[in-house]
Amino acid sequence: MTDTAALSVHGLRVSFSGRPVLKDVQFEVAAGEFCALIGANGSGKTTLLKAILGLLRPQSGEVRIEPGAAGARIGYVPQKISIDPYLPLRSRDVVALGLDGARWGWPRRSRADDARVQEMLEAVGAIEFAERRVGQLSGGQQQRVLIAHALVRRPRLLLLDEPLANLDVRSTAEIVALLRRLSAQYRTAVLLSAHDMNPLLAVIDRIVYLASCCAVSGKADEVIRTEVLSRLYGYHVDVVRVHGRVVVIAAHEPEEIRAALARDPVHTAQVP
Amino acid sequence: MFTGFMSNTWIVATLVGVVAGMVGFFVVLRRAAFAAHVLPLGAFPGAAAASVLGVSELAGIGVFCGLGVLGISQLQRWDRREVATALWLAVALALGTLFLSMTSEYSQGVYALLFGEVLGVSSHALAPVAVSSAVAIGMTALLFRPLLLDSLSPELAEAAGAPSRRLELAFLTVLALATAMTLPVVGALMVFSLMVGPASAARLLTDRPRVALALTIGLALATVWGSIALSYLTDWPVGFFIGALAALSYAGGRMRAARQAR
Repeated sequence: MTDTAALSVHGLRVSFSGRPVLKDVQFEVAAGEFCALIGANGSGKTTLLKAILGLLRPQSGEVRIEPGAAGARIGYVPQKISIDPYLPLRSRDVVALGLDGARWGWPRRSRADDARVQEMLEAVGAIEFAERRVGQLSGGQQQRVLIAHALVRRPRLLLLDEPLANLDVRSTAEIVALLRRLSAQYRTAVLLSAHDMNPLLAVIDRIVYLASCCAVSGKADEVIRTEVLSRLYGYHVDVVRVHGRVVVIAAHEPEEIRAALARDPVHTAQVP
Repeated sequence: MFTGFMSNTWIVATLVGVVAGMVGFFVVLRRAAFAAHVLPLGAFPGAAAASVLGVSELAGIGVFCGLGVLGISQLQRWDRREVATALWLAVALALGTLFLSMTSEYSQGVYALLFGEVLGVSSHALAPVAVSSAVAIGMTALLFRPLLLDSLSPELAEAAGAPSRRLELAFLTVLALATAMTLPVVGALMVFSLMVGPASAARLLTDRPRVALALTIGLALATVWGSIALSYLTDWPVGFFIGALAALSYAGGRMRAARQAR
């Protein structure tokens, strides 16, 4: 692990009841880097994030994280959560729970804590809805509050699981720009998973591309190439650029896709 | 209405109100209303078993509350939460049917245990109720923030280092404790009305977590106190008033929320 890595994953292997999900995953994310974790549905993105969080034990391999200020190591924004619209929690309370939500005992928050919460609400642009119930906010607003919750302890690494799913084009662009800015402002490394890389290509420092239980990582134009991705998938894929967008297409569909096509002819041969 | 054995009633009713309010707040937030229904009903056969064995009914209720916690949390490893909860109820009711068929003297106690016996609390029942109240209140206060975070999102709690499964076990334990002490007073059928009614109303009235908890306790106390007083005055069963006041407080909360939305 280099001195400046916020996260380094080495030889990671995870399998569920004998079926391998991640076979040999390794990559590094440098401090303050803005990094996309790209892969198709079921390629193991969530599994990889959970292994980094320490929520599941890998069969082998190592995850190392640079310790952050005051023991805060990783901030985390989970995949789309459904919140009871009448949950008695305002945006402000959700961010405060990011400070001490796992701690026992009756909450006593200092003026300094309140100031940190306020500052974080301002940083993510959530001041207007700071006093509203979090369950009654729009998806994009909830995303901002959850990002503030994850960052309020100033971790050195922020993980987000599909933060752009279920967002419209405009909110997607806003959240991507916000994350980019916060990453630079707090020098927090960001690793966010997505199945579509296109909204991210212009802003990311690094891409980790997950397929066939393995990963390649590097600068986007080093990774999103026909020969690199073909080697990763284990069969030939074409990287096609259309109107500034990137699509990865399997030239010869692998067996499972051919079988799916036979069952359901409207399937496309696009991966991911 | 405030003299003699009735003073015990007011003390117990107050403890029951505070505990049911505090625990009920998280019952509603954690979407655990079904568990709050099943634990008391599943504890009821314990009283039948105790009567067969000739031991204290309270002991039987306590044992079956504990078994309920273990049963539900074990079944939750294999299946969905409400399926696990329902399966425990199936087992408990099967046992209850069997135990009831074995005893004849039990039947007069059945009514009291189902609908409560708040007007006849004896002095020696006070100490166990006070102790279990203290434990239930203490545990809920201790776990306040992790439980709140877990009701927002189990994934967030998990990532922050508060494992959902352990929180669920801890919460079921508090719920069982609250059930065991509340059941003899308000009855197996009424425990969950007292837990769900005030909490579901309070969360409509305020969006602040600590205020909502305080309000829940207040409404639960008003419900218990009001029910006892009304039952004393009208001679109608306490259970009727507990259910009716719980529904009324929810209706009040709804109306207030509707007015605010306009």
